[in-house]
Amino acid sequence: MRNYERYIRYRTFPTPWCPGCGDGVILKAIAMSFAELGIEPADIVVVSGIGCSGRMPTFFNTNTLHTTHGRALTFATGLKLSRPEKLVVVISGDGDATAIGGNHLIHAARRNIGIKMILINNGIYGMTGGQVSPLTPQKFITETTPYGNIEPRFDVAKLLEGCGASFIARETVNRMVQLKEVIKKSFQHKGFSVVEAISNCHINLGRRNKMRDCMTMTKWIADKTITKAQYEKLSPEDRKGRYPTGILLEDSDRMEYTDIYYKHIVPSAQESIQKGKH
Amino acid sequence: MSSRKVLQGNIIVAKAAIAAGCDFFAGYPITPSSEIAQHMSQEFPRLGRTFIQMEDEIASLGACIGASLAGKKVLTATSGPGFSLMQEHLGMGVMAEIPMVIVNVMRGGPSTGLPTKPSQADMMQTRWGTHGDHPIIVLYPTFADEIYSETIRAFNLSEKFWNPVIILLDEVLAKAHEDIVIPETKDLEIFTHQPHEITDLNIYDREIGFNPPRVDFFKGYPIHIDGLEHDAHGWPSADPKNADHMQTLRMQKIYHHLDEIIKYNEYYMDDAEIMIFSFGVSARAALPAIEMARNKGIKVGLFHPLTIWPFPKEALKNRFKRIKKVLTVEMNMGQMKYEIERVAYDDVEKKTLLRANGIPFTPFEVLKAIEEFKS
Repeated sequence: MRNYERYIRYRTFPTPWCPGCGDGVILKAIAMSFAELGIEPADIVVVSGIGCSGRMPTFFNTNTLHTTHGRALTFATGLKLSRPEKLVVVISGDGDATAIGGNHLIHAARRNIGIKMILINNGIYGMTGGQVSPLTPQKFITETTPYGNIEPRFDVAKLLEGCGASFIARETVNRMVQLKEVIKKSFQHKGFSVVEAISNCHINLGRRNKMRDCMTMTKWIADKTITKAQYEKLSPEDRKGRYPTGILLEDSDRMEYTDIYYKHIVPSAQESIQKGKH
Repeated sequence: MSSRKVLQGNIIVAKAAIAAGCDFFAGYPITPSSEIAQHMSQEFPRLGRTFIQMEDEIASLGACIGASLAGKKVLTATSGPGFSLMQEHLGMGVMAEIPMVIVNVMRGGPSTGLPTKPSQADMMQTRWGTHGDHPIIVLYPTFADEIYSETIRAFNLSEKFWNPVIILLDEVLAKAHEDIVIPETKDLEIFTHQPHEITDLNIYDREIGFNPPRVDFFKGYPIHIDGLEHDAHGWPSADPKNADHMQTLRMQKIYHHLDEIIKYNEYYMDDAEIMIFSFGVSARAALPAIEMARNKGIKVGLFHPLTIWPFPKEALKNRFKRIKKVLTVEMNMGQMKYEIERVAYDDVEKKTLLRANGIPFTPFEVLKAIEEFKS
């Protein structure tokens, strides 16, 4: 048994994902991150919402919670506030995190609460059969945009930066080792972290957009992404339509929410009783 | 020492929750329930407990479920519109069998409605608001001391039956300042599940009519909690036989224990020929009306349910063997009157006094209805 396998719940296999789906790569990258950091399975809780990504926690041999559509971060907030010393991981899809759960995403980033989010971005609602999501590229054909998607997409990294997030990274399923490394770094970060893991859905997005198989779609992902160092060397013209990967923002100075609450608010409230205030 | 105080209904809820051992509150401001959150935000940090104001009501109940899974006693407080938003997570709480207490201070509806006016129009929303078949416990205190005792009872029931428990309050009773004797905490009966270690995955496995072992994270064995229909291990399962079994388990853990859950008060019922069925602020008007009617020689009594759901069906059926006239007084267009119709036999004459314009009934209005019913 390899080291990371003790974090996998084999008895719940097979997964519901289509052959060639990138989610399996992400599952392994997360399990390897747990293993390399040597965290006890009972000290981890993995929370998810609804969708293909939502089914991932079942396959981790840790505490796992499969919740409602878009709201995984709210459950995670309750868990983290109650047990700040535990590792609370949220796995979310692009529709889950940026459409129905967009409000919770921006507020978790604003609070800088120490939840570790893995945002699986496959640009489509996969489990429901392929409807447009806020991260579907423009002009793409989906089940609900038969004439092409007219809506522009979010740049999640920039959205989060605006919300005051303290750790933002992006990687793709093509680069499993690098993906694992950024996930590991995000787990070591104290505040709120988001790793946008770009994944392929050749069945429900690619199939309708001339990318019928896994290899064509992952090649397309590779063409669209570029390491942060290389991206910075590009002219603004060449940057258009390409997305930098790696750690995009890391701010370790910002205080984490539960730290502020338990180490500052609670003692100062208790002190105010002793001084007879209120 | 117990202490005598003049307190607002909302503050009574907050104080009772603290006494019951509630140590997590997540909420979102909404009239007329905000004082509960305000009180918690002041008291909880002092006690080392956790308060957070979330970004909406959906998030509030989500955070409560998360905290409950980490072993906390949780509370949130809201009003009609916020309670509507909470319905999906209420269902999640029922499905995953998670203890939590929700206070719904009712205001006029639908939609934004009459935010500062009382109403009793969420009776059916508390029962059937979330989708799917589900058991639910709803308590509805009427007097200040009941607000205290029923809040304690709500926490006890949720801890005992691993189910969400809802406390309904009237806007009037939540906002009014009333005289109350707060009992000493050591004199209260407070039920808290015993600390335990989870050693296997059969977290939902039990006989029909019993509770599951408490579903807690971080108890030494990693478990899975799901909003999907699941088997005894908590794994998602679409097997019809399993779904049948799990639905029965969830329903019967409540319906096998109705004696423990159902509570009601009766006033002047011994020789009553007319029964008033009422609760909350309407019952507060009915009681003096009954006293006035009795002075005029009309034999009328009050049946006042403290547990609204499950409905006190058997107790009422017994009363209707003798009493042949029932007057339902409620501040809505007619909700609980249908429940009365379901339990009262055909030979029982049924009348209603209904109003949903934000103005509570006066005792004289109830008296007039009693007199009309008598003649």
